[in-house]
Amino acid sequence: MKDEGQRGDTLTGEQKIRNFNINFGPQHPAAHGVLRMVLELDGEIVERADPHIGLLHRGTEKLMESRTYLQNLPYFDRLDYVGTMNQEHAWCLVIEKLTGVEIPRRASLIRVLYSEIGRILNHLLNVTTQAMDVGALTPPVWGFEEREKLMIFYERASGARLHAAYFRPGGVHQDLPPALIDDIEEWAKGFPAFLDDIDTLLTENRIFKQRNVDIGIVDEKTVLDYAFSGVMARSAGMAWDLRRAQPYECYDEFDFQIPIGKNGDCYDRYLMRMEEMRQSTSIMLQAITKLRAPEGQGDILARGKLTPPKRGDMKTNMESLIHHFKLYTEGFHVPAGEIYAAVEAPKGEFGVYLVSDGSNKPYRAKIRAPGFAHLQAMDHMAVGHQLADVAAIIGSMDVVFGEIDR
Amino acid sequence: MSDAPNDAPNDALSDLGAHIEAKRPDCVLAWDVTRGELNINVAPANIVGFVEFLKADPTCRFSTMIDITAVDYPERPKRFEMVYHFLSMYQNHRIRLRMGIREDDMVASITDIHPSANWFEREVFDMFGILFSGHPDLRRLLTDYGFRGHPLRRDFPTTGYTEVRYDEVEKRVVYEPVSLVQEYRQFDFMSPWEGAEYILPGDEKKTGEDA
Repeated sequence: MKDEGQRGDTLTGEQKIRNFNINFGPQHPAAHGVLRMVLELDGEIVERADPHIGLLHRGTEKLMESRTYLQNLPYFDRLDYVGTMNQEHAWCLVIEKLTGVEIPRRASLIRVLYSEIGRILNHLLNVTTQAMDVGALTPPVWGFEEREKLMIFYERASGARLHAAYFRPGGVHQDLPPALIDDIEEWAKGFPAFLDDIDTLLTENRIFKQRNVDIGIVDEKTVLDYAFSGVMARSAGMAWDLRRAQPYECYDEFDFQIPIGKNGDCYDRYLMRMEEMRQSTSIMLQAITKLRAPEGQGDILARGKLTPPKRGDMKTNMESLIHHFKLYTEGFHVPAGEIYAAVEAPKGEFGVYLVSDGSNKPYRAKIRAPGFAHLQAMDHMAVGHQLADVAAIIGSMDVVFGEIDR
Repeated sequence: MSDAPNDAPNDALSDLGAHIEAKRPDCVLAWDVTRGELNINVAPANIVGFVEFLKADPTCRFSTMIDITAVDYPERPKRFEMVYHFLSMYQNHRIRLRMGIREDDMVASITDIHPSANWFEREVFDMFGILFSGHPDLRRLLTDYGFRGHPLRRDFPTTGYTEVRYDEVEKRVVYEPVSLVQEYRQFDFMSPWEGAEYILPGDEKKTGEDA
């Protein structure tokens, strides 16, 4: 104690300043949900970041163990509630892989179409709110108008704007009416012009560049060490996209480019998301063409034990009626075994690991959310940056707490 | 439903499995390729060295840790099964490691090899109560501050033990034992014709007479 007092005399006023701990969140608008982050600051420089997550933990995996496979589907909408159908897709794929069900071509095309709508929904929200985090107010207002149009497409297909429950094991719930496909096509043709508008607002914007260029740089080692996927991995120059590397659904038929980053900073990730939206629009248009082709017609469910019988059959056939009743009460049984299936969700690799004991409920289902791995690297990425950069880094990580906390 | 299309032999994965077994016979207890996925059963004592080998070996290069989780089988002597998923972005293949452990076993942490394992192991500790040796920061992750119990164990009730509400008198959030207006509904879907393991309501008397 005495020594400290003596040494204290020799310190200048500046040296006496201690490190400062602040709580970022859980109610911070730039935290993109409920993130509490304990930041240790030296002046304005971040020395340590400790994210506390779980404030939105709803026990999805526990709940899933006492519900049937079909009842579990809507939980996936509520994970990453920004691009909801991409999550349902992973759940459907895992069941179809374990039961060995092939889905009809039309259902597959509809899934691709709506997965890409989900990707645009997600990137629109992310790009524009990231701009808001660094000070711009107009982009989110513009972006939300376009999201509204896309959510109407969700609603016209499934009846719900967000929590669609539209992809079902064995296909999709209902067929798309031709008028809806026409409207989606019209929207997709006009959308690149909207992206150009956002471009003029942000891409060469001086403030936006000052806040994002050279911030939160990731390199290949970081990507591997912290298990990054999706845009985060591609920003370091690794051309890794599950749609291309391990094609699922019918993505191998589509012609699209995978944008990769050069510098791995927040600005690169912004540019990549903008380009991915353009590519998604092109995939949507290709899917629409394929949907209109003769091969794209037909049923949208693989009729069998996994899916309900046709309405008309139920009215004339007793077996169909029994099947319908059993499907929606007991649910279908999945053969015992374990399986992992992943999709390229807008945020990265979204996977489901399913352990089945042969009954109508999953024995264990583990949801692998991309944001969980990304947020974990917060400490690594934020150290040495200014406090204000933390908001930019969180924004470009594209975190949504529904999937991180589960 | 037949597994035939899924069980088609996958030569590349079989070769990989054989290669791994040949290189590290001490670690691999068994391996198989099921439904196009390579599974390896690993001895718990060797997990760290094995994961390091998988990352470094040029044929494997499992450089990305995808997932760590556990599955609870209360009836088994080795109650938990740890499950690791790895991905190689270079070789474009995946692998699953399985490892049976007892309830009181410690598992060696792989955070030194894959820093991303940090939160995944914390989550497993939080949800199953499995302890990891050598983990830098083994705190609870997803549950509440001061939470007790491990929710994903099969013997943990879905409703939990406590509930919270804001108390107007005390002017703070209070914790209380959970009280349900209606019992949590766990439906039994098994058909009585397909061998229910319990006595059906109304059949008690008959069974009693028989016995």
